[in-house]
Amino acid sequence: MIVLEKRPQPSQTWSMATPVVAVLATMFFGGVLFAALGKNPVEAIMTIFWEPLFGEFSFYYRPQLLIKGAPLVLIAIGLSLGFRAGIWNIGAEGQYIMGAIVGAGVGLAFYPLEAWYIFPLMVIGGAFGGWIWAMIPAILKVRFGTNEILVSLMLVYVAEQMLASVSLGLLKNPEGYGFPGSRNLQSWDSAHNAELFAGSGMHWGVVTALIAVIFAYVLLNRHMLGFHIRLTGEAPRAAKFAGVNPARLILFCLGASGVLAGLAGMFEVAGPAGQITIDFNVGYGFTAIIVAFLGRLHPVGIVLAGGVMALTYIGGDIAQSNLGLPSAAIQVFQGMLLFFLLALDLLTNYRIRLASKEVA
Amino acid sequence: MDLSAINPVLLIASLMVAATPILLAAIGELVVEKAGVLNLGVEGMMIVGAISGFAITVESGSPWLGFLASAIGGALLSLLFVVLTQVALANQVASGLALTLFGLGLSSLMGQSYVGIKPPQMGKLDIPVLTDLPVIGPILFGHDPILYLGIALTAAVWALLKYTRVGLVLRAVGENHDAAHALGYKVVRIRIMAIMFGGACAGLGGAYISLIRVPQWTEGMTAGVGWIALALVVFASWKPWRALLGAYLFGGVTVVQLNLQAAGVAIPVEYLAMSPYLITIFVLVLLSRDKSGAPASLGRIFHATH
Repeated sequence: MIVLEKRPQPSQTWSMATPVVAVLATMFFGGVLFAALGKNPVEAIMTIFWEPLFGEFSFYYRPQLLIKGAPLVLIAIGLSLGFRAGIWNIGAEGQYIMGAIVGAGVGLAFYPLEAWYIFPLMVIGGAFGGWIWAMIPAILKVRFGTNEILVSLMLVYVAEQMLASVSLGLLKNPEGYGFPGSRNLQSWDSAHNAELFAGSGMHWGVVTALIAVIFAYVLLNRHMLGFHIRLTGEAPRAAKFAGVNPARLILFCLGASGVLAGLAGMFEVAGPAGQITIDFNVGYGFTAIIVAFLGRLHPVGIVLAGGVMALTYIGGDIAQSNLGLPSAAIQVFQGMLLFFLLALDLLTNYRIRLASKEVA
Repeated sequence: MDLSAINPVLLIASLMVAATPILLAAIGELVVEKAGVLNLGVEGMMIVGAISGFAITVESGSPWLGFLASAIGGALLSLLFVVLTQVALANQVASGLALTLFGLGLSSLMGQSYVGIKPPQMGKLDIPVLTDLPVIGPILFGHDPILYLGIALTAAVWALLKYTRVGLVLRAVGENHDAAHALGYKVVRIRIMAIMFGGACAGLGGAYISLIRVPQWTEGMTAGVGWIALALVVFASWKPWRALLGAYLFGGVTVVQLNLQAAGVAIPVEYLAMSPYLITIFVLVLLSRDKSGAPASLGRIFHATH
């Protein structure tokens, strides 16, 4: 009979190994899924994981890794702070949208002026948009004890309606021949989040993501607030006795993740996406949840996980055009990854023993 | 703007239709939470139920088989949640999210060849004299059978929880799993059955959207109804009849805003469309002060040490 025995301390080895094993397991079962869809599984997996990095057109795909990875890492870093403390912000998609709307809105208010201060103002606007959207569940939780999971998620749908509203109204391009969507920020130098080195994929969002990673690392390992976050997640009762202020923690964790998600949205709209449109958001806010867990809620892990997830996006696109693999298959693939990760986490916290049935 | 175009009798009848998917999913989740498990995967199970039911209905031509398939589909997906939370002892919040993300992807993969098809319709209840009655006829006797099933299920769950031994054991497991375990009840087994019941109900709710309410298949068509159902369980303080009341309230909001859109009110469509979500938040705020109804072991991991 198999018996689970709780480890006194979570296993360090398994904690590092589970994400890798989960990725391998997902590759295997993803291959089975692709085979069931009538595709050559080896070819499909190679297309997703090898082609973007080392294939014939990798000079084009490698920069894409930064472009797709940056928003994922940026959002996931913010989410990981809250997740560690048991504060569940799952509405990052909404905060991402609001950051993009406010950021683009601030910029477009100056159109067609060319000035150095426009882009910094847009950055502040983006951060503010995400922050204010995350403050709604935060304040409701602190003031009324409302469940932040449900409120932050409901606000995603509200933000999507806002996005539709501004792309058809407030921010609509007056010279757009009646098509929905804002002016294209890429063709306006003062507002364009351009590549810092041509062809590298490196834009301000990537830089910000790296800064956020360093900040999160220092915060969690060297700062009292970071210690409180970890303490609240791992031993809530001890945190209470230690005098941790839960309200402050909720406001900080939700606020920080809102700011980072808002920034991600703003950098996206001013750079790779270029304009506010009805279908501007592509689910980064939800995929970032997977990134945060795959990275073990650790800043460095999140960078690696962001890379893996960006790879599945890019490789998925290639597989879609080359092999005709449906894009939904990639979504299933990403979902599978989270499943294996959560299931394998058992090995981190428990020891599996074979035991003979005891006689009572 | 022409508000006189809105017919109050039709409004109430369509309100009941709009409320049914929320009610079905909420009743299922209520039982799951009463057993002490928080499954945030309702949205995922609903959308998988929606496409399972739709596909089987189109292939077999029978909506009844479709609804059966949707319940099985929802329950099968909930088995993944069972493996994660009851076998691998994973965090329930994260596992529920995983279920929703996976379910959304799986459903759009399954539904690729079903976009734009119209499914065979389920007949409506038609009792010769009663259905023809003015006003109460269409409201009480003019619906499809699944709508009545939703109400019957509410009554059944209420009676089960209040009057039966099974209900008592289920509640004991949800209130204090260690004590229930010490009394010899199979905590994990009871929870697995509750989770699968919740999955089946969510699946039915999803199929109600794709087969009766809309009826059509589009990707992500549940559009947050699963999350509203989760909010509804809190709103109902874990009481079945209050879930029914809440579902009709939310159904009412949805139908009224759709009617206002159609009547061409001066409020932009987007603001009307966001109203059900805003009202959900508002109701959550109003009711979240009182948490006395929540099962005490809700969301906690149970691991029996021998």
